[in-house]
Amino acid sequence: MRQSAADRPDSRRFDANLLEFVRELRAEGVGAGTAELLDATAALERIEWAQRESVHGALSTTLAKSPEDQRILDLVFDRFFFRAAEAAALDIEAENGPEQGEQPSEGEAGGDNRGDGESAESGIDLDELKLKVAEAVRDGEQGRIQDLARLAVAAFGRTTGSTGVIGVDVQRIRRGLGLRSEPQPELPASDPRAAGLPRENVRHFEQALRRELEREMIERTKSLPPAKPLGDLQRGLPTGPAQDMADIQRVITQLRRRLATSGQLLKGRRRSHAIDVRRTVRASLQTGGVPVVLHQKPRRPKRPELFVLCDVSTSVTSSSVFFLSVLHALHDSFRKMRSFVFIERISEVSGVFEQERDFKKAARAIATDAGVADVSGYTDYGRVWSEFLATIEDELHPRATVIVLGDARTNGRPPRDDLFEQIAARAGRTFWLNPEPKLYWNYGDSVIETYAKHCTPFECWTAAQLGDFVEALTRPGQWHSSTPRG
Amino acid sequence: MPETPSSAQLLSDQLLAEGYLADERTALVSWLALGMGKPVLVEGPAGVGKTELAKALAKALDRRLIRLQCYEGLDEAKALYEWNYRKQLLRIQAEEGDAGWERVQEDIFGSEFLLERPLLAAITSEEPVVLLVDEIDKTDQEFEAMLLELLSDFQISVPELGTMQARSMPIVLLTSNNSRELTEALKRRCLYLWIDYPEAEHELSIVRLKAPDLPEKVAMRLVELIGEVRALDLKKPPSIAESIDWARALLLLGANDIDAEAFNETMSVIIKHRSDLETVAERVGMKLGSGDATVGS
Repeated sequence: MRQSAADRPDSRRFDANLLEFVRELRAEGVGAGTAELLDATAALERIEWAQRESVHGALSTTLAKSPEDQRILDLVFDRFFFRAAEAAALDIEAENGPEQGEQPSEGEAGGDNRGDGESAESGIDLDELKLKVAEAVRDGEQGRIQDLARLAVAAFGRTTGSTGVIGVDVQRIRRGLGLRSEPQPELPASDPRAAGLPRENVRHFEQALRRELEREMIERTKSLPPAKPLGDLQRGLPTGPAQDMADIQRVITQLRRRLATSGQLLKGRRRSHAIDVRRTVRASLQTGGVPVVLHQKPRRPKRPELFVLCDVSTSVTSSSVFFLSVLHALHDSFRKMRSFVFIERISEVSGVFEQERDFKKAARAIATDAGVADVSGYTDYGRVWSEFLATIEDELHPRATVIVLGDARTNGRPPRDDLFEQIAARAGRTFWLNPEPKLYWNYGDSVIETYAKHCTPFECWTAAQLGDFVEALTRPGQWHSSTPRG
Repeated sequence: MPETPSSAQLLSDQLLAEGYLADERTALVSWLALGMGKPVLVEGPAGVGKTELAKALAKALDRRLIRLQCYEGLDEAKALYEWNYRKQLLRIQAEEGDAGWERVQEDIFGSEFLLERPLLAAITSEEPVVLLVDEIDKTDQEFEAMLLELLSDFQISVPELGTMQARSMPIVLLTSNNSRELTEALKRRCLYLWIDYPEAEHELSIVRLKAPDLPEKVAMRLVELIGEVRALDLKKPPSIAESIDWARALLLLGANDIDAEAFNETMSVIIKHRSDLETVAERVGMKLGSGDATVGS
């Protein structure tokens, strides 16, 4: 089993291939370094090269070290090795002629071997194919399902062309093949589809189709599809606004990481704030009751209480909903969180985000149910402050944080900064996020200057700025009533 | 001690004998780790059997399992080693008067006074062990950095004693729930294994393995339903652990089929969130109520 690389035929050529493969991976943004490359070589020395799955697994475990990277590797692997294998198969076939005769099933309709999809140019008989696919799906044989999927893609691609949208094509081909999980009594009893097919297997077939189509698209466009599968974190985020999804994803991951360990980032004396009496006394036993070593309580990351107030008038809706989504995606970092939206009046939306984590649905729910636009649809800050104050007056205390997101454009109405001052005075911290670039502040009807006296304004129109803000939000020790406890 | 299995398939069989049904990738990576002497970083959603894999590996290879549960604020004294102050004090007192300082000093920093913590224990063990560093993502970056020496060279430096080399090659498994990104340096030193929710077929085998008395039809139905529930957008999708719990609960109830009633009664076994409960009852429970006719086929 364990052979050194030198015993293998063509091992040098394979090394070169591996290098090329890693280069392609790097080009797609997978950070595979020399150490990884060496590991991959070492791993490949231990497995059987004849099994595609083993080679794939060995490369995957050594080169791609996150789920996203592994998915990229899957695609690159297919693109790289599978196509090479296909080309080789075609070469061999051209020399020897088709030799699938020993297949037990009638091999005429294109056979079920990889590589045949291309070679059986005109010979794909649709009815035959339907039957074969149905049989394979009924029996749930992974290998055959995959092979037949490529055949089906080839057959349908030729007859009807593709729409270019993978999801649509998958469903079209599935329908074209008549694959359904419900029984279809109108078909003859001998047909495997008559009794209905196992839903799970149909799904497998769809997946196989999807992969084939993806592969085909990769080959056609010579690039990887830009979209990665959405992870849990991304689900709460916008799919619309101009910001780059990948950027936002990066910010969120960083934020999570900072939030999870922010207490540890402090160094030296700032790291701890109070003597841990129990541990100190305990430690003093080792030194005869003399507290030589002082143990201190580490400063835990602050979990602030948040009151968020977001403008959802047309000019800033998308930033608001986006911001709320991000905060709710990070909700476990906050002790308590209530969110409100406003145009002319305010409305609480905390519940919306607890139930809906799909960005579009949340946005729609806010637009339809919140009932915030009263008559004019123009922001009325004065009214908003008084309603806000009335709603949460009792809950505001020096450890609460108020965040306002809005462009501070009053449409000529009085800003009522006296009310805003009251809010700011009751809360421990008040932040103002302005989704407009700083250049536009205080131009026209923007009165951010008036409010800025009572709060900390932040410019926030890119993902990076949002990251800075959330970090500031969770940084310990920035309260304006900053008397250290203990 | 059993021989190191000569192929991934053999290792997979040995794991199965210990009640752990590994998929192809898991078996391959474990086997590679064994052969290459590299640690494995195992990631995946909660409850897919990451910790279980380490336990099964230990049993299958007949090695001792040393487990280090990580948490925020875990430090060297709890993970690596600690000097046994009391014993050192006693030693000093016992020697008082007649021994020179030099000798005592040499004496009290011997390995006799060293309290072994999991990591050091794994290194110094005569027999090879399986070291499980559980939920590494819960610790701080400093701790991660401290692990690097251990992971790449299998050695630990104790200032007073010098460097301690591993006497036997341990298998190291690190698990993470991805609650924060681990450092590149750590990832570089490990093989990477992502365990996801299993394919329906695989999950069926697991359920059959763990609850062999459950009628096959119910088990199939269960796996199918779990798949549907996972496809919903839930806060906490049910994991394999929950599938097994559910299978056992159904077994206890003596259910012959999962109908709307049985589903609603036992749903709380697989769903652990109030808002999730509502979603699932709405989407899956309703469908069960109306679609009973197709269940039997």
